[in-house]
Amino acid sequence: MNPEQALQEIGASERPIEPFRHTLAKQAIKLERGKTTTLQINVGLLCNQSCRHCHLGAGPHRRENMSAQTAEEVIAYAERSRFEVLDITGGAPELNPNIETLIKKLSSLAPRIMIRSNLSALDGRKRDEWIGLLKDHGVVIVASFPSLDEAQADSQRGKGNFQKSIDSLRKLNAVGYGYEGTGLELDLVSNPTGAFLPSSQAQMEKRFREVLKKKGGIVFNHLYSFANAPLGRFRQWLLQSGNLESYLRRLASSFNPCAVEGVMCRTLVSVSWDGYLYDCDFNLARDLPMGGSRTHVSHMEGPPEPGTPIAVGEHCYTCTAGAGFT
Amino acid sequence: METYYKPEDLPKFVEIGKEAPDLAKKFFEYYNAVFAEGALTEREKALIALAVAHAVQCPYCIDAFTQACFEKGSNLAEMTEAIHVVTAIRGGASLVHGVQMRNIAQKISM
Repeated sequence: MNPEQALQEIGASERPIEPFRHTLAKQAIKLERGKTTTLQINVGLLCNQSCRHCHLGAGPHRRENMSAQTAEEVIAYAERSRFEVLDITGGAPELNPNIETLIKKLSSLAPRIMIRSNLSALDGRKRDEWIGLLKDHGVVIVASFPSLDEAQADSQRGKGNFQKSIDSLRKLNAVGYGYEGTGLELDLVSNPTGAFLPSSQAQMEKRFREVLKKKGGIVFNHLYSFANAPLGRFRQWLLQSGNLESYLRRLASSFNPCAVEGVMCRTLVSVSWDGYLYDCDFNLARDLPMGGSRTHVSHMEGPPEPGTPIAVGEHCYTCTAGAGFT
Repeated sequence: METYYKPEDLPKFVEIGKEAPDLAKKFFEYYNAVFAEGALTEREKALIALAVAHAVQCPYCIDAFTQACFEKGSNLAEMTEAIHVVTAIRGGASLVHGVQMRNIAQKISM
């Protein structure tokens, strides 16, 4: 902790953590929707990995997966709403049986379609076919790559996953992903591998670029560094390791009012595997539905209206810590 | 057991400014400027700080800069090597004074 943080945290251990809505009120900040431009689609909690920082607790034994009917309802919603970005996440989206249909139909419905990948869900011929599908439809790949250090990465994501990720990144580079001018965008996401906050995104991107190029000739377009949300499996780990309170305090004391303007929930709506709407994927994990009551995607005429209030909780400090989370 | 060093005292560091606010302000501004990216990266500076923290044996600094090193992207191997660097210098500083011992011994011996 540097003196600046010490200044913010003076006497912190003696007082409770301020509820997020109080913090907003004190700063006279009204958190409400602007124009909703992104539809995030969570296709389910099934995943080949059981990452220790996962806010959703996704894993191989989860059965929540988007059905063909819900997928069609989501596609119809995207068609009538005309979002600028469609962002497919999970779990591991690769493992949803309807993912190919979703990608094929959604790719013509927005200028930008992106998919979150853990880089380890598929291998062999299945992975090659998957990469071909993404390439053919110009899908942006946003890949989890927490650390340049194998031990740190594997401690978060499971033994062997660092090398699998490196292997997948090489495959993606081989077909043109990550290179300027190919139109095939490959972005990396780094989350801290413990109870600490991420560093400056620009500095991390610079270092990741240098090290990955030197070590394996791997290239990518952008790196995003995000704090871990104290939810799901990560919250359990924080609790078991005795880090929960100090982590929450750290997030709260790093509140940056300027970051509120850019938080994702102002411009994004998240739809869960069963078709219900949330202000973001973290609210989905907390089961805090958009507008305070469960609304199904099939009942939505278009994007949520600007000015709609956003449901908040303690976890919202994740997105307002430091430079923020978009 | 009572101890002089308590983790909850670290956030009280700033209270040092209560009796001499101008000096504290200058110190904290200088401190923050030192750790900002310059010719050295923030990551490199945090590693140096971690090593020095061990040399000066400051539990507060070890706590703070272990965390800072992780946040800036260092790994445990790098952090351990940084401590070895400062240990080598600290040990070497003792050993090199052996030259003085030898000089004196030579002077007073027949």
